[in-house]
Amino acid sequence: MWAFVKKEFFHIFRDYRTMVILFGIPVVQVLLFGFAITNDIKDARIAILDYSKDEVTREITNKLVSSNYFLLVDNLESDKQVESEFRKGKIKQVVVFEQGFAKKLEKEGKANVQIILDASEPNTANMLNAYTSGIINSYSLQKIRESSGIPMSISIEPKMLFNPEQKSVYMFVPGVIALLLMLVSAMMTSISITREKELGTMEALLVSPLKPIQIIIGKVTPYVFLSFVNLVVILLLGFFVFDMPVNGSLILLLLESLLFIVMALGLGILISIISKTQQQAMMMSMFALMLPTILLSGFIFPIENMPVPLQWLSHLMPPRWFIIIIKNIMLKGVGIGYFWKETLILVFMTIFFIGMSVKKFKIRLE
Amino acid sequence: MSININIQNLSKSFGETIALKEISLDIKPNELFGFIGPDGSGKTTLFRILTSLLLPDSGTATVDGLDAVTDYKKIRKLTGYMPGRFSLYSDLSVEENLNFYASIFNTSLEENYDLIKDIYSRIEPFKKRRVSALSGGMKQKLALSCALIHKPKLLILDEPTTGVDAVSRKEFWELLKNMQEKNITILVSTPYMDEASLCDRIALMQNGNMLAVNRPQQIIDQYERQLFEVKTENMHPLVSDLEKYNREALVYRFGEYVHVSTYNGDEREYVFALQGYLTGKGYDQVIIQKKIPVIEDCFLALMDKSQTL
Repeated sequence: MWAFVKKEFFHIFRDYRTMVILFGIPVVQVLLFGFAITNDIKDARIAILDYSKDEVTREITNKLVSSNYFLLVDNLESDKQVESEFRKGKIKQVVVFEQGFAKKLEKEGKANVQIILDASEPNTANMLNAYTSGIINSYSLQKIRESSGIPMSISIEPKMLFNPEQKSVYMFVPGVIALLLMLVSAMMTSISITREKELGTMEALLVSPLKPIQIIIGKVTPYVFLSFVNLVVILLLGFFVFDMPVNGSLILLLLESLLFIVMALGLGILISIISKTQQQAMMMSMFALMLPTILLSGFIFPIENMPVPLQWLSHLMPPRWFIIIIKNIMLKGVGIGYFWKETLILVFMTIFFIGMSVKKFKIRLE
Repeated sequence: MSININIQNLSKSFGETIALKEISLDIKPNELFGFIGPDGSGKTTLFRILTSLLLPDSGTATVDGLDAVTDYKKIRKLTGYMPGRFSLYSDLSVEENLNFYASIFNTSLEENYDLIKDIYSRIEPFKKRRVSALSGGMKQKLALSCALIHKPKLLILDEPTTGVDAVSRKEFWELLKNMQEKNITILVSTPYMDEASLCDRIALMQNGNMLAVNRPQQIIDQYERQLFEVKTENMHPLVSDLEKYNREALVYRFGEYVHVSTYNGDEREYVFALQGYLTGKGYDQVIIQKKIPVIEDCFLALMDKSQTL
């Protein structure tokens, strides 16, 4: 058995293509998805709706525009224009100052700004919100200092249009983890098993006294290990490059990921047993695993926004449950008590896939 | 004690294609038995049934008294199988391949070194080399070593000499003869008719049928026809002209000659008449000789007979 695992490692390390898929793609993907989200904002087109038109609002507007992040394209007159401007897609953000802004700030030490954002691009919207808030906050701090400590605050009220809940923010790291573990585990195992079929070495393995379970474990063990290494790489990249936190227990995160890896491997084995050639296995992994993972797991498109039949279908997607689990651990920092159901679903899926594989594994050629 | 094989009424088809038609055969212990036939004649299918890799549609096969369907686990232990495509891992070295196959059979290279010493010693100088960089002959010897590493009592070799140079082929057959002395029953398939005479007995196979099963010499002795080889200056239209001359004769190119296989009675009369016919057609330097058939001639004659039946 150990010899089998050793042989499998030789295959992986001696084939540079496998190595590229195993370690190159994860890094590239994380960086790609990452930078697609942390895109620097420059010259975002905004409009101002100023009901007050006083000293302070003009000053804030100037600050925003001179920051180089924003490009003022329009001054609006009433809130009726807001929606239509957004619909035209000309602008990404409207900053609304309430009536008597400067007076209120002076008298009550408090005034309101509303930021309306086009959240159909949630990531951009989130960034714009953060930048605008930052600029306004620094302005008010500066004012406090100038006026020697008289407290005043500008309260900022962001309003997200079109996708108020912003479902996909911070989804990318969990999503990429799910996607990549699926890719590496399922696709690589299915390819490596079908390769033996294609090369005719499967014939020799079959006539040996090895039991099906031994062949499967021998083939799969190296990939469990490598997937795990991959996971750590993604987490490190997420943490150091994109400040993705792990708020919950790291050990729990790794254990849940291990479960998901084993599940994906089970699926990979099943695919390889069904398909005859590497090509076929690859296509199956692509269509049966990758696309549903991307489209149906809630990775990119929020499940709540899907048509009901697709929502039902998404229940069958293992990554859906896994993404919920790791989001809970990484973002909310909660313990297993909050997602034992999802974990249980993954456990059942794992048992199902591995059971099916061992059962379906052909001790003969046809 | 080496083992015997008993095959009875074995049939197998893949969809519309019939791979084996009611094959019955007994192979004696310690025999070097050859299956001779072109691609698609059913050799590989038969081997796969014997190694329990395929299930027959009907009929039975037993290896050492063990049923190929129900006792497959026991059969797999005592069989060494070398599939047609040399099942070696091309990204592993010679040594790694051998060690791997040894370990999946729960043995080691050291333990059974004696048995494969003959073969392995010839490729041992290259043991660190990757299989992808080996020549066909070396791959073949390595594959044989791998098939022998667990001391099988039955060795099944599917076209071991295909794609291997003539020198290596000769060497390989010598190795097989040595193996036979170590009490191993050997089944070997080959599309090369000239290798047939090296076997104890052969089965000539065609489209899932066995045309003949016998010692090579006996198959030659049982040749029912008269065989002539013909050579002239201008060989190109010769085959079609000879076919026109004698429609029931079997005419085919054979090396630098054309072979004519016929049932016609008197030898001298035939040669004389044919000579006249060819000279009349304008052929120069006509040589017609009586020829002792080789296995290929027998095969073609038997094939012709089975088709006309």
